[in-house]
Amino acid sequence: MVTYVFDGSMEGLLTAIFEYYEYKPGKIQLVWNKHYQPTMLGETHTIINDKAKGERVWNGLKKKMSADWLMKFYRAYLSEVPQTFQDLFDFARYIFDNPKGAEKNFGNPHVMAVSKMNRMVGRERHRFTAFIRFQETADGIFYAPAEPDFNVLPLIANFYKNRFADQKWIIYDIKRKYGLYYDLNTVQTISFEFIQNIDTSKKRLSNDLVSNSEELTSLLWKDYFNSINIPARKNMKLHIQYLPKRYWKYLNEKDDKN
Amino acid sequence: MSDRIREKLSILADAAKYDVSCSSSGSTRKNDNKGLGDSSASGICHSYTEDGRCVSLLKILLTNHCIYDCAFCVSRKSNDIKRAAFTVDEVVNLTINFYRRNYIEGLFLSSGIFKDADFTMERLLRIVKKLRLEERFNGYIHLKTIPGASPELLSEAGLYADRMSINLEMPTERGLKLLAPDKSHDEVKKPLGFIQNTITKFKDEKKTGLIKSIPKFVPAGQSTQMVIGATPETDMEIMYSANQYYKDYKLKRVYYSGYIPISYDDRMPQIGSQPPLLRENRLYQTDWLMRFYGFEVQELLNPKNPHLDTDIDPKLSWALRNPEQFPVDINTADYRMILRIPGIGTQSALKIIQARKFGKLRSDQLKKIGIAYNRAKFFIRCADSPYQLNDPEPQHIKHLILSESNSKYLKVPQNQLSLF
Repeated sequence: MVTYVFDGSMEGLLTAIFEYYEYKPGKIQLVWNKHYQPTMLGETHTIINDKAKGERVWNGLKKKMSADWLMKFYRAYLSEVPQTFQDLFDFARYIFDNPKGAEKNFGNPHVMAVSKMNRMVGRERHRFTAFIRFQETADGIFYAPAEPDFNVLPLIANFYKNRFADQKWIIYDIKRKYGLYYDLNTVQTISFEFIQNIDTSKKRLSNDLVSNSEELTSLLWKDYFNSINIPARKNMKLHIQYLPKRYWKYLNEKDDKN
Repeated sequence: MSDRIREKLSILADAAKYDVSCSSSGSTRKNDNKGLGDSSASGICHSYTEDGRCVSLLKILLTNHCIYDCAFCVSRKSNDIKRAAFTVDEVVNLTINFYRRNYIEGLFLSSGIFKDADFTMERLLRIVKKLRLEERFNGYIHLKTIPGASPELLSEAGLYADRMSINLEMPTERGLKLLAPDKSHDEVKKPLGFIQNTITKFKDEKKTGLIKSIPKFVPAGQSTQMVIGATPETDMEIMYSANQYYKDYKLKRVYYSGYIPISYDDRMPQIGSQPPLLRENRLYQTDWLMRFYGFEVQELLNPKNPHLDTDIDPKLSWALRNPEQFPVDINTADYRMILRIPGIGTQSALKIIQARKFGKLRSDQLKKIGIAYNRAKFFIRCADSPYQLNDPEPQHIKHLILSESNSKYLKVPQNQLSLF
């Protein structure tokens, strides 16, 4: 067995698939360099990203699969889960080695693995269309910190761009240390420096940074949230199932429950 | 200033919370004027209350002053509660400020009837018009149709709302007359029919292709709600009524709201008694079977079985009553029949249909596809099913399934068991 070590990028993953077909080394194991531990036995091959090779594999997948499956492939990739990288590698091989339409074979373990991860990432994406809470800053930008389980920011950029077309906003991924900024025209990727005057360890902006209406609006939202609860129907199990506790710290309506 | 708006919001949100609809799906309104908001076809729940209900819309009454005295309603005239009313600007500002922070998908606006139907409807209309035309708001708006309001007002409101609804309140006319003698189902049917006809008219005009841009008219359709357990209807009466409204008015949803006692009126369950949550759940399951699983309501409820089982869900109950339909061969049966197998949902059924083209499916593959195998196994045959001489008795299957599952409801005392 040969171990392929790659850098966790899409280009790296696609290059690895290309090189598999170049050398046909037999069974291979794909490892993210972040998690790679050299072993005494066994052959190792380090993948050097190659744009041209990556594009050829991507176009090959495009020819063999429908557009929604390309999207599933990309979404599963955004999970950043080590096992999923291996699943995607095996899935791509399965697609290339079989006639067109093979992605519909849900009896195949690689199809099922990618399909399942696509759903998990899709669910996380949906949550981050729902559980983002903006705070209006004194200079009129709406800021929201976030900590998604998977790297879903690329999947929600358009959603927020269409929705809040007439307001400037920032969504910042605290775990991955990058964010999105919409300047009324385009969405750009921003790094930590862009928001360095904000203390990202605190979930709420300090009073000197927020707009005049921010405090009252947040208070009214909490009032509203408390008023619509029906105590006679209380069902905390269901509540937590829908609103897992790890998201609470970013939801102002749950402030007193954190 | 801020105290007054806080108090108003608490009163008027509290009064609106018994309307269970919180759906924000089904609209196609796009942000094409570079304004605020864009509706999401699938709807989004931005939060959940501690009772596990979705919070998608800012759901408020314009006012809880009301000229009616319906026994089941918390805002009834004779009830001694705090009353309040929002101004047009207050509702508009709350909606916009909440929406900009991504707290909500939009507004659900209802109202008590003050003065008369037209006066109330005209006020509601003023709010939605301001949101759409002045604030260029493209988020979701669910607007209550006020029974008795003039057709002119309704046709105008439909141009700005995504969904409109009127509540039947009680599942049958008889039940309604008992608790709200001033109201009738005919008053509901008239505007439901009027709006449905207008929706069809707009759609037909669009089909002709003669006029380039037909405005949207109630793009997310109409819904209604009935209160369950305040009056003595059977499950059969409730679901037959729902079925009729789905058919006659092409409703998008019928909501079933378990009655939460809010009054000492002795015609209804007393304050402090448990709301009928299990019953509500079974009714929703039946509703889903009718809308997504191809069941006719008569198959699930009929004079022989006028009530839904409490210990098992209606799909399993149907399967056990019709053992001659099973076992179903996963590898050959049509989609319609696969959907009818307990433990298999719409998603898994579609996957099965696609996957079996590549070879006969085995039980381990079915498990991976995600069916509830422990339930389904009594009703299916697949590639590796052992040969069986005779099929087990329905009662025996029911016992086996119940012994393996533990329902969340069995721990909660049910209404039916009340000692008093």
